[in-house]
Amino acid sequence: MACIEAHALRKTYGSTVALDNVDLRVDEGRILGLIGPNGAGKTTALNAILGLTPFQGELRVLGRDPWKERDQLMRDVCFIADVAVLPRWMRVSQALEFVDGVHPRFDRAKAEGFLAKTAIKRASRVRELSKGMVMQLHLALVMAIDARLLVLDEPTLGLDILYRKQFYDSLLNDYFDRSRTIVVTTHLVEEVQHVLTDLMFINHGRIVLNCTMEEFESRYAEVKVKPEKLAAAQALKPIQERQVFGRSVLLFDHADRQQLAALGEVRTPSIADLFVAVMGDEKPETAQGAVR
Amino acid sequence: MNTQSNTVQESALESQRVAPAVLSATRPLYWSVRRELWENRSIYVAPMAVAGVIVFGYLIALIHVPRPIQEMAAHHHDIPHLTFQDPYNVASGFIMGTALIVGVFYCLDALYGERRDRSILFWKSLPVSDLTAVLSKACIALLVLPLITMAITVATHWIMFLLNSAALLARGQSVAALWSQLPLFRMDLALFYHLFSMHVLWWAPIYAWLLLVSAWARRATFLWAFLPPLSVSILEKILFGTSHFTSMLNYRFSGDATVGAATAGSFPFDPNMTHLTPGRFLSIPGLWIGLLIAAALLAAAVQLRRYRDPM
Repeated sequence: MACIEAHALRKTYGSTVALDNVDLRVDEGRILGLIGPNGAGKTTALNAILGLTPFQGELRVLGRDPWKERDQLMRDVCFIADVAVLPRWMRVSQALEFVDGVHPRFDRAKAEGFLAKTAIKRASRVRELSKGMVMQLHLALVMAIDARLLVLDEPTLGLDILYRKQFYDSLLNDYFDRSRTIVVTTHLVEEVQHVLTDLMFINHGRIVLNCTMEEFESRYAEVKVKPEKLAAAQALKPIQERQVFGRSVLLFDHADRQQLAALGEVRTPSIADLFVAVMGDEKPETAQGAVR
Repeated sequence: MNTQSNTVQESALESQRVAPAVLSATRPLYWSVRRELWENRSIYVAPMAVAGVIVFGYLIALIHVPRPIQEMAAHHHDIPHLTFQDPYNVASGFIMGTALIVGVFYCLDALYGERRDRSILFWKSLPVSDLTAVLSKACIALLVLPLITMAITVATHWIMFLLNSAALLARGQSVAALWSQLPLFRMDLALFYHLFSMHVLWWAPIYAWLLLVSAWARRATFLWAFLPPLSVSILEKILFGTSHFTSMLNYRFSGDATVGAATAGSFPFDPNMTHLTPGRFLSIPGLWIGLLIAAALLAAAVQLRRYRDPM
């Protein structure tokens, strides 16, 4: 079943086009990474999905129109918009009490359980917590909500590496199951590579790449080419070529792995390298045509 | 015995079954009002602090001023209750004035602060509608604050009354005059009427306007709240030489005579309650027009909260 389905989704701010006729479909039980440069339209897309902004075109989230039916939708959808949106005056105990009071699907015992694993004190105010602890608190609140869709917009921005690692670990181990869907945007693509089931690149309000991680792994290959094979490799039309420690590394799309193996060391590229390859040359149409 | 307890249990179950439907509608509102009180403790701390200062000052006055009662009684012999009442009215006035200031600043920040610190993104991630959120803030200004003011004023009055009695007894004077001539209950009833008619019903559009400004302004909510009405007054005066808008504002601020505002000669807490004419009050068109405007302003604030991005 589709969790999110958009057709010709469009959003403009004055003359700026933030979303340009986007079609997308996210099935239930997927973890989608929405990757794009600043101002690509990621946050606008998420805001439309969360009913925070009106839009043109068709968009259904869990079968509802997010703008018109936001109040009902928010029982099944939860989001972390930023690392620092928990009200600074609030005490930890008050946050638990409030969410418990207003959310019919909040399991307070579960949230207390998550918090017990941290150093966060119940009587502390949010402003007294470190940024990492605020994230832990927010995550504890959100993971204790039995939501069908969780949206995370740069959830780990500004956190140190330990907290970032822990964030995705708890999300996968303690929260995610096949009935939930997670959509995450981030600049720190390396960290989510092994978390995602689906990948989407977005640029200038358009979807530039859209594939599952299985497709990603079978389609793209990176070869550290032996110097003597460089000309042969270049003949296979790599989508990107770069130099690493004096060796050429070529990135191929839809190339025969056995053929590549003869040229040098073959491995799956990182999302970051593919991102640079796809976004760097600023030719979204060609890449889009190659997808699917 | 058993049957009785059974029926009790059954009816309890019955009410539990009915409750969720009602609860699901009012629970978010209830919790939103509670969270406003968590965030804005000045709503009750400020009036209580002022009440504390008043009681302290009154205590000092009772100790230091010798025989104040008799002297004052000699002053206006014809209306003795005024003598005893004066300090009580001053206390009510100060506490109400504090509540007004708190209310104005609360409303101006209510829908502005959450956008400025982006916590609105957290509130919006929970199943609390924009309508509920705005209503909870209006509830604070129009319901919770007047009730708190009422409770604190009544408590202050009783403390003053007990101190006054104790002071008289300590000097070996009789408390009979005080007890028979100070109409505490009627004073507080008049106060309740004043709060509910003036502060809630009559001033509702003012609070609604402040909430609208706080939902709209990107900065300087205080200026946005007060400068536009002032500009309209000035422009009307310059362009047309008239001052209808100004007199309309004046009417809204000072109230109709029947509202029991502080017009000369009829202090709002006149315990004879001759000015308490709810029938006449309810028949003022301005009351209903004002309430309609308040509803429209609040509806606009709800829409703004829905459309506006956090800053």
